[in-house]
Amino acid sequence: MKRYFNTLRIFWSASISAEMEYRVNFAMAAFSSVMTLGGTLMMLFLFYRTGYEMGGWPWRDALAVVGVFTFLEGMQATFMAPNRTRVTEHVREGTLDFVLLKPINSQFWLSVRTVSLWGVPNIILGLAIVGFALTTRETPPTLAGLASGLLALGLAVLMLYSLGYLLSTISIWYIKLYNITMAMQALVETGRYPITAYPGAYQAFFTFVLPVAFMTTVPARLMTGRGGTEWLLGAVIVAGLLLALSIGFWRFALRYYTSASS
Amino acid sequence: MTQAFAQSRTGWRRKLGVLFVVHYAEMLQYRVEIALWAVATMLPLIMMGVWAQAGESGLFPFSQVLMLRYFIAVYLVWQVTIVWTIHHFEFLVVTGRLSPMLLHPVDPCVRFILMHLAEQGTRLPFALGIVGLFLFLYPDTLTGGEGGDIWWPGWWNITLALAACYFAFILRFFMQYALCMVAFWHERVTALDAIQYLPHLFLSGMVFPFEVLPEPIREVLLWTPFPYTVWFPASLLVHGEAPVLRGFLTMAGWTVAFFILYRVLWHKGLKHYSAMGA
Repeated sequence: MKRYFNTLRIFWSASISAEMEYRVNFAMAAFSSVMTLGGTLMMLFLFYRTGYEMGGWPWRDALAVVGVFTFLEGMQATFMAPNRTRVTEHVREGTLDFVLLKPINSQFWLSVRTVSLWGVPNIILGLAIVGFALTTRETPPTLAGLASGLLALGLAVLMLYSLGYLLSTISIWYIKLYNITMAMQALVETGRYPITAYPGAYQAFFTFVLPVAFMTTVPARLMTGRGGTEWLLGAVIVAGLLLALSIGFWRFALRYYTSASS
Repeated sequence: MTQAFAQSRTGWRRKLGVLFVVHYAEMLQYRVEIALWAVATMLPLIMMGVWAQAGESGLFPFSQVLMLRYFIAVYLVWQVTIVWTIHHFEFLVVTGRLSPMLLHPVDPCVRFILMHLAEQGTRLPFALGIVGLFLFLYPDTLTGGEGGDIWWPGWWNITLALAACYFAFILRFFMQYALCMVAFWHERVTALDAIQYLPHLFLSGMVFPFEVLPEPIREVLLWTPFPYTVWFPASLLVHGEAPVLRGFLTMAGWTVAFFILYRVLWHKGLKHYSAMGA
């Protein structure tokens, strides 16, 4: 276990110092995060100015969903996306051989190899929005609600990671992953608003097929005290299943890995 | 004299035809990726879910059926107006592959436009499939539901909308192509593109119908190019109540402005461009 922590520390400090070379890019990422958030807030304004409540959620609770989504977007850009592109590169160039030979779990190594600071503005903004939504509510969140909500948020990160890793595993067979990732990201956009704001067919698809509802709506639901423990239990089950699936699928895929030019 | 002129014209038509067929064949090789693009551009259909639900409440100027129609129309319009030339152009400049293209008698930008048209042709069947799925899920879109009328904008509006779509494509193309020219000085233009994409996303009517905006904001935005690339053609298809003359004139103005900007930067940029490694 200690070896894993040490590896993590070395990997991340190295990639952060490499990232520091591109400060302008970071500024642009921050600018576009703020603009995107502004656009989303404008959307909420357009809905709520008429007195309409999205899926029966008051605007502060819907704002919490926006915050959770923004936070997850940041986590994705910081920890997951940069590693995903590398898996594809390793497969294409055959350097995955060296990773497999290392005395460390290959999925761990491939999942944590780099971090990118591009997502940090979104992580901060997301948490700030959630904080604002919760503290300005008429009824402040209970301690139990907050704790279960944060736990669900952690599970949401795990779900997002597992889904992403499932996608990068496909690159063992099919190298042009960029477009699949884009397609999934477009669908995940649903999570920006409470799932109850969508019609029935959307709700079913984004709960049972692509569990976006468990990623953003459920944490916000628990934090704002609009849901009981059954939602937390659901999140635990979905996250557990997805993680098990990503591990199992990776092991299965490795059997088909034939290294470069063989 | 007239004969030579006629000959050169058919020559051009033939050249464009050949180039189009070549690019179409090229794009067909990538049909799996392009099919995924049809999914990756589904954002209007996702927003359709939220707005259709909201339309049911009766608090908005659009009923549920109009919301459904509007976002189906937006998705279709977007299929014709997506421009990705900046990603391609950055690659060409950074790797120096633009050089051989400069030796061709045809300006590279003609080729890029034909590539987009060929890619659109490849993507369209998949996009229509997705539209078909949503029409199947929400048949009210076509029939208008109980007591509603059937969705038929009329031939005149369809013609206007098609013209507006391709005009919008040309406008979006030159908007992005002018930005592409920055690639001659700066390596990562795609990062800039991400920023210009944001106003297009939030101010063009892609994620909400313009009718729900407060009047003063709407009036200001109607002077920008953004609403004419999405909201304007989509409105022609949905209810036909769009400022037709103003729409085409504003698009023409912005297109000319971006075209001039591109020509100026192109000439300056080429002087600066030394191909890769030179």
